[in-house]
Amino acid sequence: MTEAIPKLAWKGVTKRFDGRAVLDGLDLSVAPGKSLVIIGGSGQGKSVTIKTALGLMRPEAGKIELDGKNVVGLSEGARRKLFSRVGVLFQGAALFDSLTVWENVAFRLINADGVPRKEARERAIEALDQVRLAPAVADRFPSELSGGMQKRAGLARAVVARPEILFFDEPTTGLDPITAAAINQLISDQVRRLGSTAVSITHDLASAQTIGDEIAMLHDGRIIWRGPAAELRTTGNPYVRQFVEGRAEGPISHAV
Amino acid sequence: MAEAEAARRVANPIQVLGRSTLAAVRMVGSVGVFAVRGVAAALTPPWFLSQLWRQIVAIGFFSLPVVGLTAVFTGAALALNIFTGGGRFNAEQVMPQIVALGITRELGPVLAALMLAGRVSAAIAAEIGAMRATEQIDAMRTLSTDPFRYLVGPRLLAGVLMLPLLTAVADTIGVAGGWLVATRVLEFSPTIYIRNTLDFLQAWDVVSGLIKAAVFGFIVALMGCYHGYNASGGARGVGRATTHAVVSSAILIFASDYLLTTFFTHAAQ
Repeated sequence: MTEAIPKLAWKGVTKRFDGRAVLDGLDLSVAPGKSLVIIGGSGQGKSVTIKTALGLMRPEAGKIELDGKNVVGLSEGARRKLFSRVGVLFQGAALFDSLTVWENVAFRLINADGVPRKEARERAIEALDQVRLAPAVADRFPSELSGGMQKRAGLARAVVARPEILFFDEPTTGLDPITAAAINQLISDQVRRLGSTAVSITHDLASAQTIGDEIAMLHDGRIIWRGPAAELRTTGNPYVRQFVEGRAEGPISHAV
Repeated sequence: MAEAEAARRVANPIQVLGRSTLAAVRMVGSVGVFAVRGVAAALTPPWFLSQLWRQIVAIGFFSLPVVGLTAVFTGAALALNIFTGGGRFNAEQVMPQIVALGITRELGPVLAALMLAGRVSAAIAAEIGAMRATEQIDAMRTLSTDPFRYLVGPRLLAGVLMLPLLTAVADTIGVAGGWLVATRVLEFSPTIYIRNTLDFLQAWDVVSGLIKAAVFGFIVALMGCYHGYNASGGARGVGRATTHAVVSSAILIFASDYLLTTFFTHAAQ
């Protein structure tokens, strides 16, 4: 029996900063249509994991495969084509300050896909509606929105072109619990609606369990535990237990 | 131990020199590669015309007041200085010609460029640096849009196109500043002043200044883009990028001014 090709896979990926290996032979994969959440402490390489997959950082060793094809070292042109299949929600939403909300959401449609502005605006407003932002928000600038609204607009921008893979970088950081819960639900709804493969990183456990089908824990540059989202709070893995219980004592040494 | 320490001290200045030289070479290479990528993005499609227009307005139109004011006061002060200095060997009457020559060949392009270095290069570095710090440049790449084409190319083109126009305005206003002082304070005849200026000036005096301005415009935009694009370290990094953009623009403007003047002088002989 042949094993199904994962949608995305990191194979022996190593990334160093100033001689320190932040990713140390990382092996991780996510199946098509599944949602994987990577958890772990600060500075453990969660963001680097996503950035290597996006080509925003180049690993020193290893392969990153999309549909079985290595994407490390792709040319800028090939990378741009690849990005047409990808949507990303950045930690701070990363909306363009100088553009209105609808222009942000329609940025890819207008600048990369050549969609006429009128049609792009209609699609942007539709995407805003899906993340429960009123059409009146469309003509505002990002600085006029709250943190939660910025995240929603960022989510609308990530999903507007119906990507095959979605990346979420700390989607609930800096939000109050109610807004965070709403964002988690929206992410979960959008991933299911599009049938996309999703990779998220977070240290918010509620977020991880809402968004993820599976959860993997990254520590010292490697995956030390992986399992269904429902098992996060019941696993006997001492690293996961310490992380879930938020204890200072345990196998995870504290850098504070 | 003492010998090793002494050797380390002797080696230190050499190490420092070596490190500085390597850093300088690395910097030149890095700016060179950035400039080539920027020029390629500016000259080949797809072009983001709305971005180009936005930069033309920001760099050209909104710099008019500061360039105009600088030119009028410089022209007026130049007229007074040349009149006083020329008086020492009875050459006051050539003041209009020298003001025109000084403004069109040297002060118009250099002062307009320095004003742009302060106003535009700093603004470009701050804007692109803040975009880098808040992951907007990464976001742009993931939206299948090349930041060099969207951010760098339009700014380089706008710098090269707008500074010559601003310099033409500075030339006119600078000469007018000299005329104002000459006719109101120094009792020159208005018509004779203008006739002397126009009869004396050659097309090349103006054109050489405009060519210089195009080069300076490229430098101002390039330094702003380069330092902003490579900013790191949050708000402090953005501040540092802004300072580096202004200082490096100013130094490169003076250095390239000398080189271009030397080249033009030899070419004319």
